[in-house]
Amino acid sequence: MFGYYLELAIRSLKRSPGLTALMVLAVGFGVAASMTTWSVFRAVSGDPIPWKSAQLFVPQIDNWGPNGRSSDGEPPVAMDYTDAMALMRDHRARRQSAMYQISPSIVPADAGKHPLNVSGHAVYGEFFPMLDVPFKYGSGWSASDDTNRAQVVVISSKLNQKLFGGANSVGQSVNIERRDYRVVGVLDDWNPQPRFYDVVNSGGFSSGTDDVFLPFQTAIQASISNDGNTNCNAVPAESGFVGLQHSACVWIAYMAELDDAAAVTAYREYLDGYARNQQKAGRFGWAPNNRLRDLPAWLSSQRVVPSDTRVSLLVALGLLLVCLVNTVGLLLAKFLRRSGEIGVRRALGAPRSAIYAQFLTEAGIVGVAGGVLGLLLTVVGVASVGWVLPKDIADLARLDVSLLVLTLLVAVVATALAGLYPTWRASQVQPAWQLKSN
Amino acid sequence: MAHIQPILAALRRHKAGTVLIALQIALTLAIVCNALFIIQQRVSKLMRPTGLIESDILAVENRWVGVTGEVGAARTRGDLLMLRGLPGVVDASFSNSYPLRGGGMSLGVNKDPDAKKPIAQTTIYFSDEHSINAMGLKLAAGRNFLPQEIRWMAPNAFEAPAQVVVSRALADKVYPGGAALGKPIYLSAGSAGSKPSTIIGIVERLQVPWSGTWASNFMENAVMVPFQMSGATGSYIVRAKPGSLADLVKTVRAQLIETNRMRVIPEKNGIRTFAQVREHAYQSDRGMALLMGVICVVLLAITAAGIVGLTSFWVGERRKQIGVRRALGATRHDILSYFLTENLLIGAGGVAVGALLAVGLNLWMVSQFEMSRFPLTYVAVGVVALLALGQAAVLAPALRAARVSPVEATRSV
Repeated sequence: MFGYYLELAIRSLKRSPGLTALMVLAVGFGVAASMTTWSVFRAVSGDPIPWKSAQLFVPQIDNWGPNGRSSDGEPPVAMDYTDAMALMRDHRARRQSAMYQISPSIVPADAGKHPLNVSGHAVYGEFFPMLDVPFKYGSGWSASDDTNRAQVVVISSKLNQKLFGGANSVGQSVNIERRDYRVVGVLDDWNPQPRFYDVVNSGGFSSGTDDVFLPFQTAIQASISNDGNTNCNAVPAESGFVGLQHSACVWIAYMAELDDAAAVTAYREYLDGYARNQQKAGRFGWAPNNRLRDLPAWLSSQRVVPSDTRVSLLVALGLLLVCLVNTVGLLLAKFLRRSGEIGVRRALGAPRSAIYAQFLTEAGIVGVAGGVLGLLLTVVGVASVGWVLPKDIADLARLDVSLLVLTLLVAVVATALAGLYPTWRASQVQPAWQLKSN
Repeated sequence: MAHIQPILAALRRHKAGTVLIALQIALTLAIVCNALFIIQQRVSKLMRPTGLIESDILAVENRWVGVTGEVGAARTRGDLLMLRGLPGVVDASFSNSYPLRGGGMSLGVNKDPDAKKPIAQTTIYFSDEHSINAMGLKLAAGRNFLPQEIRWMAPNAFEAPAQVVVSRALADKVYPGGAALGKPIYLSAGSAGSKPSTIIGIVERLQVPWSGTWASNFMENAVMVPFQMSGATGSYIVRAKPGSLADLVKTVRAQLIETNRMRVIPEKNGIRTFAQVREHAYQSDRGMALLMGVICVVLLAITAAGIVGLTSFWVGERRKQIGVRRALGATRHDILSYFLTENLLIGAGGVAVGALLAVGLNLWMVSQFEMSRFPLTYVAVGVVALLALGQAAVLAPALRAARVSPVEATRSV
């Protein structure tokens, strides 16, 4: 029977090629616009570390007081040096790391090559196991390296390629800001987007990679200054990088790993206790106003997903909706025009279900054709998002099998839905009335 | 227009089709109004002038390797001398940032040293006596810095200078009525020992380094301070003689490396003409405007085509009735105006609902995203445009209907 309906549908669609083309185009454009914007939205709103994001927490400490809070009472989004170091000393989470963004110059051993600038982070040794950072060679550094301010470095595979031709460089030396550091680890490809461990400085997405990781205290000692945002509630009393460390300016990101609800509660109490102690000591003139968010909540509070991608997705979905309303109208007109034909079929004994099958087949064909067109346009769309979006975000939009399957599925399901009402109307045609009037 | 009654009666027999067209018009209006508003906002944003002579300016990001403090300062001074001496260069200056660069320094300013809340937010540009000329700013009042007023500061250090040059927007904000020249302004109000700075000059316009929404309420508030930064990093702003920018872009990297090679000028974006700076800063705004434009065009085309399609069906369906009307004496014009009026009625219903939807959608977007409310003229223009689109779309099928011959009335089936 399906074969017969297919033939009927194709014959009917051929009878009015213009309208058929219009329906297919509408479905194709609507689906392609939605899927292209969805591919971007999916890329920017994904969980960067899904297996662990529920155990990663970002603490915030209110070291500025009521005058420095944002309008919704939120404390600063980063920490000053004093608080970050106190939290690291107390070491209350399973793992934790303070970190700040650096951008040192590397002087290649080959005197003929020009110095190059790289970006990276100064972190604690627990950073690597806490975030499950993959290593190609070697590993991170130990807690004693942190305390002893060891001259060690972890580099990205990209920088390893550039400096050592991709060979195992563990044990080799790298000249950073004119000091030698021993390579202890080379990362595998690792460039999580959003850059969840420091969204305040990366703004979430970054087209570059972090190429060097130095021990936090080593970087401080070598005066490798902060390259990220520095926010101050008052002009620092002393100048230079040391002045920044003594100030209440916030510039340090912090992340802690907490295994279960009990650990989270305990850590929250610890933070409040810390703030109360600071209040007693006279450093804070206000009650504790701390925050402790898990990673997904933190990313959403920082509005990591650019609002432009949300707006584009919504507008594209609006376009799809209009295209579907358009298709409903055209299918309705098309189906009801064949009331006579339907009347004859019904009079000859066809049940309502047969009419349903026939017309849903016709709608389905429009859906499949629209889906195929939509696929092609989505491929074009994803390839050209670079025209419309900044490079760091556009690069994230990828074409994969799941997107293509979804495109086809959305097209067929949407068109079938659009065909439901017209088909129902067609099935309600009274055979006697049709036969009589003609 | 006298025949609305029979049109309404006929539409009642096509309830579903009528409602669908009206709904499509309503949704289209709601989306197009909001999309056009987004386009207008983005376009007006990326048209804003910075105050610089943009066509002649080159920006260089420089970083000294392994030096800090005074050593860096000496090398920077060497670079400036070399750059100012190049043929084809009008002037050059050194700063922490420049308009549209992204990344810079911002502070609250006040005219009362004890005030808790600042009057306005402003950006700070480290400048010297060459900066105004190097950027091509227009000095609207007062004077430029003198060479002896310039001081070299340690990295991350800042204090209130004795003299400042401010942008007109900031001057008018702090001292409304154009009386800012010679008056004091406090750059670090609230903190201990805040000192006044005297406004010695006012430049016509100078934009902040940021193009994002967070800086949108102080876009043109800038303070130039007579400080230069020691240390490793900073930007050179080089103004070329008219017509010689292209040559300068090609040679400046080699010239700088020849002066001293222990430096990093990033391969990508290390040397940019101001046109490139502008393009980079507004990339996402231009993209968003483009995307909204494409979606609007597709939306309007599909709605118009939908109207053509559905009306064509109705015309085909009613050929016999049209024939009867014609046989009974209706003119072609009557038939034409029947279909035009029918479409106008449906369109009116659609735009009425659509106008409400458009305003609702805008209010919702304002609550969800960093957007502002649109003026109602957008809705008005949208309503007129969609009604006109509907009339244009219905014209072809309606003309076909008008050509139906009275003979059709006599044909059975």
